[in-house]
Amino acid sequence: MRQYILRRLLIAVPSLLGISLVLFTVLALAPGDPFAELATNPNVPPEVAAALRTKFGLDDPIYLRYLHWLSAMLQGDWGFSFVSRMNVDTLILQRLPTTLYVIGSAQLLALLIAIPVGVYAATRPYSIFDQIANTLAFIGFSLPTFFTGLLFILLFSITLDWLPFVYTTDIKATGFRWVIEQVRQALMPVMVLGLFQAASMTRFVRSAMLDVIRLDYVTTARAKGLGQPRVIVKHAMRNAMIPVVTLVALQMPAVFGGAIVTEQIFRIPGIGSLLISSILSNDTPVVMAVTFVFACLVVLFNLIADILYGWLDPRISLR
Amino acid sequence: MLDTELRTMIDEVKDGRMDRRGFVQRMIALGLTAPMATQILAIGGVAMAQSPAPYKPTKRGGGGPLKLLWWQGPTLLNPHFATGTKDQDGSRIFYEPLASWDSAGNLCPILVAEIPSIQNGGLAADGKSVTWKLKPGVKWHDGKPFTADDVVFNWEYARDPATAALTIGVYQDISVEKVDDLTVRVLFKNPTPFWADAFVAVVGCILPKHLFADYKGAKSREAPNNLKPVGTGPYKFVEFKPGDLVRGEINPDYHMPNRPYFDTIEIKGGGDAVSAARAVIQTGEYDYAWNMQVEDDVLLRLEKGGKGKTVYSTGGDIEFIALNFTDPNTEVDGERSSIKTKHPLLSNPAVRKALALLVDRDAIQKHIYGRAGRTTASFLNGPEQFVSKNTKWEFSIEKATQLLEEAGWKVGVDGIREKDGKKLKLLYQTSTNGPRQKTQAIVKQACQKAGIDVELKSVVASVFFSSDVANPDTYSKFYADIEMFQIPMTQPDPAQHMRRFHSRFVATKENKWQGRNFPRWVNQEFDAAIDAAEAEVDPVKRAAFYIKANDIMWQDTVVIPVMHRLKVGAATNSLRPVLSGWTNDTDNIQDWYREI
Repeated sequence: MRQYILRRLLIAVPSLLGISLVLFTVLALAPGDPFAELATNPNVPPEVAAALRTKFGLDDPIYLRYLHWLSAMLQGDWGFSFVSRMNVDTLILQRLPTTLYVIGSAQLLALLIAIPVGVYAATRPYSIFDQIANTLAFIGFSLPTFFTGLLFILLFSITLDWLPFVYTTDIKATGFRWVIEQVRQALMPVMVLGLFQAASMTRFVRSAMLDVIRLDYVTTARAKGLGQPRVIVKHAMRNAMIPVVTLVALQMPAVFGGAIVTEQIFRIPGIGSLLISSILSNDTPVVMAVTFVFACLVVLFNLIADILYGWLDPRISLR
Repeated sequence: MLDTELRTMIDEVKDGRMDRRGFVQRMIALGLTAPMATQILAIGGVAMAQSPAPYKPTKRGGGGPLKLLWWQGPTLLNPHFATGTKDQDGSRIFYEPLASWDSAGNLCPILVAEIPSIQNGGLAADGKSVTWKLKPGVKWHDGKPFTADDVVFNWEYARDPATAALTIGVYQDISVEKVDDLTVRVLFKNPTPFWADAFVAVVGCILPKHLFADYKGAKSREAPNNLKPVGTGPYKFVEFKPGDLVRGEINPDYHMPNRPYFDTIEIKGGGDAVSAARAVIQTGEYDYAWNMQVEDDVLLRLEKGGKGKTVYSTGGDIEFIALNFTDPNTEVDGERSSIKTKHPLLSNPAVRKALALLVDRDAIQKHIYGRAGRTTASFLNGPEQFVSKNTKWEFSIEKATQLLEEAGWKVGVDGIREKDGKKLKLLYQTSTNGPRQKTQAIVKQACQKAGIDVELKSVVASVFFSSDVANPDTYSKFYADIEMFQIPMTQPDPAQHMRRFHSRFVATKENKWQGRNFPRWVNQEFDAAIDAAEAEVDPVKRAAFYIKANDIMWQDTVVIPVMHRLKVGAATNSLRPVLSGWTNDTDNIQDWYREI
């Protein structure tokens, strides 16, 4: 097992190198530069703008810039933001907790809805409950998050005035009030992301469960005289979860992607909104670092999915 | 204007026979007034009135939190590194300049005891030096005293190219000397009529010498206080998350009485302009939001809720269409739009004039900019004493048609005019932005009716405004026939605004297209007027030169002004923000309060 993980990690190295090379080249070839705003500012003489470009190495050839970046990265130096003039890792670390909190809660909410609903719907296929769950799931994943986000804001913040729609990182309260406020402000973004995830996941859980529930060993379990809940939870669900785990793990990066839009709408200071503002201001080192973090996440969650297989189904051996 | 009459009037003010307000009103009547009127008085030997800010609170603090919403949050807090207004706005809460601009374009003393004038000996009669007397007893947030050394240090810091300060343009050509602990003198190489640039408003924010002295030059980016400002401002630094949040708390030792009003301040960043407007005007979650680039109908609809309203401040920002005087389709020495070429169509004055007649500014204002725009025929729209009364604009398809007919442009079989085998087809580019694309459509429609075929092109803003030498779509390369964007006026003086069309600034391959004269227009008369204005100390003659320069641009149709744009903010009903079109929104943050 340990050997397997080690081997997988070693394989990840060249793929991450490849990813970084592609990202860097694409970003370097993309138009625009971080000092664009200076061009129309009459206070800044053109020589200064040119000197800044040289200072930040924007005039070097691409391969040289990539090698600089790579060697710095290997030494743990993530680079330096042109726009904030601070280290990129500080910027990302500052924003990571918020993203993890929102995405984590959303994912948890999605699972909490999808698994019970999916399983229950599978045990009673084509019942009224199943029909309703299906319809809602279809609606859920056909509505993009930016649309439901705006809809939620209009309904809960503006019409009903129940929830704030600007996410603040510094809530001026302590103890219980702080927790309440923290939940209140995260409610809408978590719902938007979570319900979207839950919709597709419910469909998936249902079909995975339907596949398993018809198998002989489930019938055998029933024939043994085990109760319905026990059969479903202990026998059927465990096996049905294998494809679901793949889906959840592989969707994690997509969730981060979906969170970019949601973060922008609710002004959540996560890495997604950092990515957007950095792209808009052409802050290449930050864009590079954030996209690279996303790439690492994809690789990491693939690995986690594979390891979880082994745990869920001992027949799948990891070597 | 009549020189002698003005001098008599200034003398009358000096002797007390005419009051300041009367003087300013007379100036308005003469078409020469406002912010610079006060500077006229200053150079004429009358002390500037300390503009009476109607500040009502009678004690410091007690106002609760002030919550500001910037849809692009500040990303750094060193005013010398600020790349845009958002960064300047964030820094300005903690750092202060010697003086700021008020809404009328007057100087307000911040860290100085008085505004320099000829009468108080602050301004040299030859226009070559300014002496600032610092306010005694001002302390940095860490308790150290603020002195002349700090001011001199900021000049050394910013002018050092290795520091890579973006304010270098302001400081590199002056020298600053310490007279005594509370007096500094700024010396200019040439007579400088507009002396209030260094140490004024956002580019003039002063950093503490004792915290930044070790980080001058190449080490500038390592300064720990780049992210933890220690200034003299009304609010002390608490927390900063780049792009997301700036937080401050009241400075109990602030040097102005009864100020500031609020106990804490925060600038929240991110999101978009429409939802920012919503959070202020509709739900009141925030007190003030900046830069409301939102269509007027949307704002009007939000305002019906009644919790907040939009606030406007007038500066000199101008949205305009520039005409290319060189040929974008012919390459000379590997350079398109080369100054050695002539535009095949637009070099004909009749075509340029016809185009100017085809821009329906009323429709553009009514349907696009609403309350945030004013129609104008001039490129220079402020301060008021520099605004020409001689220009006018008109929208008339008939006149344009007539003009083109007379110049020999006849309608061809395809409905497009042509002359000597050249068809009247123009490529019209601008940055991608809702209002701009709508304006393009309005202009195109009128042009079609007059027999001009216009092809529209929009370029992403990050490309259009970049200085990327390799990209063909930047505004400064101007590989199109006409292009439209906005040039902001960052100070209440036309020198920088007008200088860009001087022939020595033509954008070429040689200067990597960093020359600011992107229409590549060359006019000796204009050059002469600008040169004369920049050497002129007499404010009245100087204003006359700029008016003349503006009129030459209008007669020659170098640019077609589309809209004089106002700055739009959103504030809750109870907030009393002090704003000015001539400076950043937070430049007078110490005077903000809430009316209960």
